[in-house]
Amino acid sequence: MDKSKTRSDHPLDGLLRTERIPHIWCPGCGIGTAFSSCLVAVQGNGTDLNKTVMVSGIGCSGRGAGYIKLDSYHTTHGRAIPFATGMKLANPELNVIVFSGDGDLFAIGGNHFIHAARRNMDLTVICVNNLNYGMTGGQAAATTPHGAKTTTSPRGNPESPFNLPLLAYASGATYVARWTILHTRDLTKSIEEALSRRGFSFIEVLAPCPTSFGRRNKQKPLDTLKIYQERTITKNGARPSEIILDFEKGITLGKFIDEERPTFMDSYDKICRPAPPTPITGEGEKSSKEVADQKLSDRKKAV
Amino acid sequence: MKPAVLTGEHFFTGDIACAEGALAAGCRFFGGYPITPATEIAEHMAARLPDVGGTFIQMEDEIAAIGSILGASCAGVKSMTATSGPGFSLMMENLGLAVCTETPCVLVNVQRAGPSTGLPTLGAQGDMMQARWGSHGHYELIALAPASPQELFYLTITAFDLSETYRVPVLIMTDEVIGHLSERVIIPEAGSIKPRSRPAPKGRKDRFKPFQPGPNGVPPMAIAGEGYGIHVTGLTHDERGYPVMTAEAQVDMLTRLTGKIRNNLDDIIRTEEYRLDDAEIAIVSYGVSGRSSLAAVDEAREMGIKAGLLRLITVWPFAEEKIRQLAERVRAFVTVEINLGQIHLEVERCAGGKAPALLVGHAGGTVISPDRIIETLRKIKA
Repeated sequence: MDKSKTRSDHPLDGLLRTERIPHIWCPGCGIGTAFSSCLVAVQGNGTDLNKTVMVSGIGCSGRGAGYIKLDSYHTTHGRAIPFATGMKLANPELNVIVFSGDGDLFAIGGNHFIHAARRNMDLTVICVNNLNYGMTGGQAAATTPHGAKTTTSPRGNPESPFNLPLLAYASGATYVARWTILHTRDLTKSIEEALSRRGFSFIEVLAPCPTSFGRRNKQKPLDTLKIYQERTITKNGARPSEIILDFEKGITLGKFIDEERPTFMDSYDKICRPAPPTPITGEGEKSSKEVADQKLSDRKKAV
Repeated sequence: MKPAVLTGEHFFTGDIACAEGALAAGCRFFGGYPITPATEIAEHMAARLPDVGGTFIQMEDEIAAIGSILGASCAGVKSMTATSGPGFSLMMENLGLAVCTETPCVLVNVQRAGPSTGLPTLGAQGDMMQARWGSHGHYELIALAPASPQELFYLTITAFDLSETYRVPVLIMTDEVIGHLSERVIIPEAGSIKPRSRPAPKGRKDRFKPFQPGPNGVPPMAIAGEGYGIHVTGLTHDERGYPVMTAEAQVDMLTRLTGKIRNNLDDIIRTEEYRLDDAEIAIVSYGVSGRSSLAAVDEAREMGIKAGLLRLITVWPFAEEKIRQLAERVRAFVTVEINLGQIHLEVERCAGGKAPALLVGHAGGTVISPDRIIETLRKIKA
């Protein structure tokens, strides 16, 4: 095998703005792995790449939009979801992926997240959760574990973090999963699945931030990965209220929610438009999930 | 089901005229959030948009409202939002994103008295400087000020046209009085309205640079889903749209972003003159205060005071050249506005000491009566 050829023909080159590499992510950072999973999923999913868009907010993960070779929008801090909402509603043919971080999506952008989930806006939201604000040097976030040290909680975090899958579920998301960057196969499969689902899909990806978080919390890059390996339990279908994220007790991973209900656009078309199109679900017809699953398997066959 | 253009004669409030103007201009997406006295625009769009193939969404706040219209615009749909002071403040960050990413959009501010919650149901013109400088950084945008529901209808179309042509957010700075004032509004035949659209890219998709300017300084705009694979960011960027963190890139970008407005002032700036040719005193006003000023000019003329009116229809960019020319021949300027001196400062700056600039202002909550203007004109005459 010609190794030089293998090197220049990286299977994801077609989806990368290679002229922008090297990226800004630190050694040991997990965002790149989450991003790769996302690219693999986008590529393998067989959707029309011209109709696939990535929208990011601000932060380390927010730079994702800058590296993907698709229509990509790097918006303001916390506002990726409203931007993506407008984009999806303006052109429902687009597959809109929001790729951003925990600080962006759940602190400054938390309100947008819960409302988009409530509306069941047809978006795929991937949140790389590195438990802190990495870009600005490691401040406490809405996801920072209780007691953890950050630059703005030097004696330990007095606050408690969100349980993101539970929040997503409670807000109305119809697809909810959590993986780590060590579980790339599950993660990739999950993203692929989420892309094929109609409605608000949410995937949390735990990722190490050795530079900012690990350094202050006695976790060397490999320590974090070891935790991901040793203290995670995959429980697909687990009740969102029972899943945990505790470095001592354990971390629940899995696909927790995969259900369907009408998206915002479905309901808008049905209720607000003068001539409603035929309902998506009807007696004797396949559900949209079944249709989506069928499409996915068809595409895979085609690929 | 009503058509998009409601040709005919109507009795509309300014808010409704604005919504109808947007529909006539081809606006098909509205992201809104309720706020007095702009709510009626959202309500009207909620009722009308689905019938004409558009989409209305009530977002969770004004930050999201403007976020959604930027996303919709990037997907190729003409988009608008409407708000008042508090919501306008919340929109400032994404307004900057619209400027930086050159995303066409129209923002309506039906001004009420501030600061803070202020007088929600009573008008003012206190957000004029915020319209100019409210978002951080140095930039140019366009702001228009209508003086009647009829003008609001047409100016909303103009706002979309300018926004699309220059790829810049356009602000419609109206006020509670015009927004809630009912007057005759004539809507022309649909065929007579010829909305402009953003410049479209030509040539090979793989060679397209999304921020390479066209002849008027405005880059053609690729929209999401067309296969151009563009990257758009609020970071300082080059012609490819890629972030470049250098002072040089900042200079290049800002020179073009400001230049595309500064170099096209003749096309952008609209003013109306009334009895200004032989005027010794030039009243400068806009919006509802322009109406008070109009009455004052006629009364003053009857009293033998040679007053004239320069009504600003485009408030930003400011009609600097016009004021400079007037400063050469008038005895004084009087700026009439419902704030304690905002556009007045601009008039004073452009008058350059060649003619004194006076203010007839008000803190807000009421219109300025022509009597108060006359009072000031008399003092100048004496």
